[in-house]
Amino acid sequence: MAILEAENICKTFGRTDVLKSIDLSLEKGQVLSVIGSSGSGKTTLLRCLNFLERPDKGVIRVNGETLFDAEDPSGLSEAAIRRKRLHFGLVFQSFNLFPQYTAMENVMLARKLLAAEQPDFKTRKKEILGEIEEQAKKLLDQMGLTNRRDNYPHQLSGGQCQRVAIARALALQPDILCFDEPTSALDPELTGEVLKVIKELADQNMTMIIVTHEMSFARDVADHVIFMDDGVIVEQGDPREVFGSPKEERTRQFLLRY
Amino acid sequence: MSLILEQMPVVIGALNTGFLQTLKLFLVTLLGAFPLGLVIAFGSMSAFRPLSLVTKLVVWVVRGTPLMIQLLIIYYFPGLVLDNPIWGGGEAGRFLAASTAFIINYACYFSEIYRGGIQGVPAGQEEAGLVLGMTKSQIFWRVKLLQMIKRIVPPMSNEIITLVKDTALARIIALQEIIFAGQSFLKGSHGISGAIWPLFFTAFYYLVFNGVLTLLLGQLEKKLDYFR
Repeated sequence: MAILEAENICKTFGRTDVLKSIDLSLEKGQVLSVIGSSGSGKTTLLRCLNFLERPDKGVIRVNGETLFDAEDPSGLSEAAIRRKRLHFGLVFQSFNLFPQYTAMENVMLARKLLAAEQPDFKTRKKEILGEIEEQAKKLLDQMGLTNRRDNYPHQLSGGQCQRVAIARALALQPDILCFDEPTSALDPELTGEVLKVIKELADQNMTMIIVTHEMSFARDVADHVIFMDDGVIVEQGDPREVFGSPKEERTRQFLLRY
Repeated sequence: MSLILEQMPVVIGALNTGFLQTLKLFLVTLLGAFPLGLVIAFGSMSAFRPLSLVTKLVVWVVRGTPLMIQLLIIYYFPGLVLDNPIWGGGEAGRFLAASTAFIINYACYFSEIYRGGIQGVPAGQEEAGLVLGMTKSQIFWRVKLLQMIKRIVPPMSNEIITLVKDTALARIIALQEIIFAGQSFLKGSHGISGAIWPLFFTAFYYLVFNGVLTLLLGQLEKKLDYFR
């Protein structure tokens, strides 16, 4: 069964149709790359999945559970959306780390806040906080940031910041981790270190949706590629086919620029 | 010279009394204007258009006219026009009127500083908090507040230093603050008249007080320097 199913997602900003009936589905452990020029709706699609935008139409299901149905606005209270969001993680183009917290604190903050809501938090406080700290250390180790735990974001390079942001998203153990152009704000020499950790996550069968302009990376890491243009999915399929022998003229034109 | 030394205890005593009134007006203004400014800031940022328009109009009028005129109007208007001298006579009434005028005036300035601080935090901070499952109030208290304070401290410091000197304006409604006290020895008081030197002392009080404030505010700014 597909871990994620989105049907007929439509989103309009003012008079602009940003998403025009997007359908997609994703299997557990798969990596989906979304490519397309700026303004094609890729980022809006990710934002809809993460409840940062509300689609005007459509249904979103994760593990068979309907998280969002535009026809049925019940269950969209702030508390309900909060819980549903946790199925997804999102890594931003501009990192959006919290500047007043160290790398460790950035990774731990959300989990600590969630843990404090558990009924047994008071009795097991020490144990729970210990677990959270252990997990954060492990994640930063995994990101190659063992020596950077106590640094503040402004003391880190862009690539290091983005790796902290990835650790922060992973801390909540999302079912699906989304990346919104994770290397677009980085100097070329720093993109490699971020792509490397994403590749490692793919090797560990993390389910991911990656919006990216790094074509060779998309081709290399993805199980499935979607090419979007003007709010629609123009072409999708196996990366070798989409990149190797695109069927649509628009895809061909787009790929020629890379 | 020996005359000055002789007069010194009297003058210092009077200046201390005046400075206490200055200090009281300063503290009461801050205490009132800090929260009122926040209310005005939220009013001017409200999505409800009429509220934000009215708030912006008030801020425009208050910032666009001299504090001295506001003081005079607030002090005299109830008694002269409404036949209802709500402030009462005496020093206590003048202090109440002065505090009211200062709080309203400074709250309007503070509101603009707050607004800048609140809107200066990038939208990405809130979005990052949301996708991490935080509530809006958690995001405000745990993520945004400190970033706002960091942005607010430098412009706020300027306003606070200005307020110290602005308290002198309350002299226009005869509030007996420190300049009133210093100047009285020019006109004649406690058997001393034609003495200019108490005014230099008066200036010195301001200088020392502002020096202390500058140090404290500078330290606060430095404390928040650990992040960017």
